Amino acid sequence: MSMAALDPARAFPQAAAVGANGRTTRSGQRVLITAGLVLTALFLVAPVAVIFAQAFSRGFAAYRASIVQPETLHAIWLTAVTALIAVPINMVFGVAAAWAIAKFRFPGKKTLISLIEIPFSISPIVAGVAYLLVYGSQGLFGEWLADHDIRIMFTPAAIVLVMLFVTSPFVVRELLPLMQAQGSEQEEAAATLGATGFQIFRRVTLPNIRWALLYGTVLCSARAIGEFGAVSVVSGRIRGETNTLPLQIELLYNDYNAAGAFAAASTLTVIALITLLIKAIIERRIGGAG
Amino acid sequence: MTATVIGPLHSDDGGQFIPPPVMKAVRARRVLPGFGLTMGLTLTYLGVIVLLPLAALILKSAEIGLDGFWQVLSSPRVLASFQLTFTAALIATAINAAYGLLMAWILVRYDFPGKRFVDALVDLPFALPTAVAGVALTTLFAGTGWYGRWLEPAGIQVAYTITGVAIAMAFTSVPFVIRTVQPVLESLDSQIEEASVTLGAYPFTIFRRIILPMIAPAYLTGCALAFARSLGEFGAVIFIAGNLPFKTEIAALLIFIRLEEFDYPAASAIAAVLLALAFIILFATNVLQARWLRRREAAS
Repeated sequence: MSMAALDPARAFPQAAAVGANGRTTRSGQRVLITAGLVLTALFLVAPVAVIFAQAFSRGFAAYRASIVQPETLHAIWLTAVTALIAVPINMVFGVAAAWAIAKFRFPGKKTLISLIEIPFSISPIVAGVAYLLVYGSQGLFGEWLADHDIRIMFTPAAIVLVMLFVTSPFVVRELLPLMQAQGSEQEEAAATLGATGFQIFRRVTLPNIRWALLYGTVLCSARAIGEFGAVSVVSGRIRGETNTLPLQIELLYNDYNAAGAFAAASTLTVIALITLLIKAIIERRIGGAG
Repeated sequence: MTATVIGPLHSDDGGQFIPPPVMKAVRARRVLPGFGLTMGLTLTYLGVIVLLPLAALILKSAEIGLDGFWQVLSSPRVLASFQLTFTAALIATAINAAYGLLMAWILVRYDFPGKRFVDALVDLPFALPTAVAGVALTTLFAGTGWYGRWLEPAGIQVAYTITGVAIAMAFTSVPFVIRTVQPVLESLDSQIEEASVTLGAYPFTIFRRIILPMIAPAYLTGCALAFARSLGEFGAVIFIAGNLPFKTEIAALLIFIRLEEFDYPAASAIAAVLLALAFIILFATNVLQARWLRRREAAS
């Protein structure tokens, strides 16, 4: 989660290894490393492996056939479109919030940061119910929306809204520590030289934060694409209409269409692995620059 | 976006966030533009996207009244679901407390082949959609699966039991403990440890007496976050749980079932309890961190 935290080079040589009990430390070290690696293989690697093993168990042709089913294709399309709407909105919010918090002093800053982080700790199902109670027929705006013939619940609009909710902390969280650490001297210099706010952001701030922004966006996209609980409450799960890819997986799985479910799951797994790869690359860049 | 929608909570918030006299003082000191725009955007977004729905949930569940609340929550099925959710989340947190500490330790202190790879892999549960995790774990632990095929003849049933629920919860919250403990462990001053080695302390004594107290606040925060996440987890759990009422039905799923029955009051009551629990855990970890920061500042 924290971005600048990972710097393997910092592991200092074990001081204990030179002590009187050096030998036990060495073998203890080996036991701990082995235990960690075995558990990781069993707990984290095996679930990924089993997805691909199952998806390709009947060969590539069968895999392709289960992906190109119209319902699955529609789910992929819907997931992509809704995420493509939600993620940019979230980027704008993330940059704005990070700018306001990092560049200015104002009372209530800590409260604001806590408010931003709230969605992290809330169950997606609870978030879904909360949205239902705003825009659903019995919700706060239910009557008003019905009078004006506007439907939000059980449409892609609702999917976008809950995606915005569950992903809202991601971009800010990556930008804020970096922007706070960098201070605002460069921006202030640009401002005194007469640059406009937008010029300052584009020419001075953006180059400094682009990797963190990219990373936050990647995390945000991964979460938006993969969101299940909140989307399953507000989408209505209408087959071939409001099912996103994670919901489609559940549907196929419950239909005993294992091949289809695993094929769909494997596409999302590939996205997750790419996310991790981008994260590793960006962290190395940030680590190298700093 | 629905920026024109102004709920009671939102307008309230915008009005009270910065009292005018302070605003003037702030403006006098700053050179940079964009405070009004970015703060306005931030508060509007938070108001519409985060606070409005949560306020609706609180308002709607308050409409039920205490009696209604009690009626929903005291039903045996709801009680059973909360008991299962709590127990499984505790087991999941215990698993993560052990596994997370081990991983944070070996990733910070030791060098081994594939370390970078393992370090990246630790974030997998956040990147992998929960539904995918649920399908994968169920496949592994089902009777014919890679694990179930060995465990079930030995009399260990994981899929469709509370153990399965706990394992799914543990999987989705793996990164919390590791990622909170790791930076603290990296920043520890090695001098105290070296001193205790020269004084002849055993490695385990050093760990228990010196390292553990220093990483304790981060460790507890990580565990609390993992617990909070486990309480609310839905996607990964519903596949492996089997979802038998009174046995393997988690609270989040019961909310979903009540919604499908159009029993909105019951759904909002259970959801309000989960929301309250999340807030309590969030508040407790914030207090814990604040106290820890103050103590550290006082020490330095």
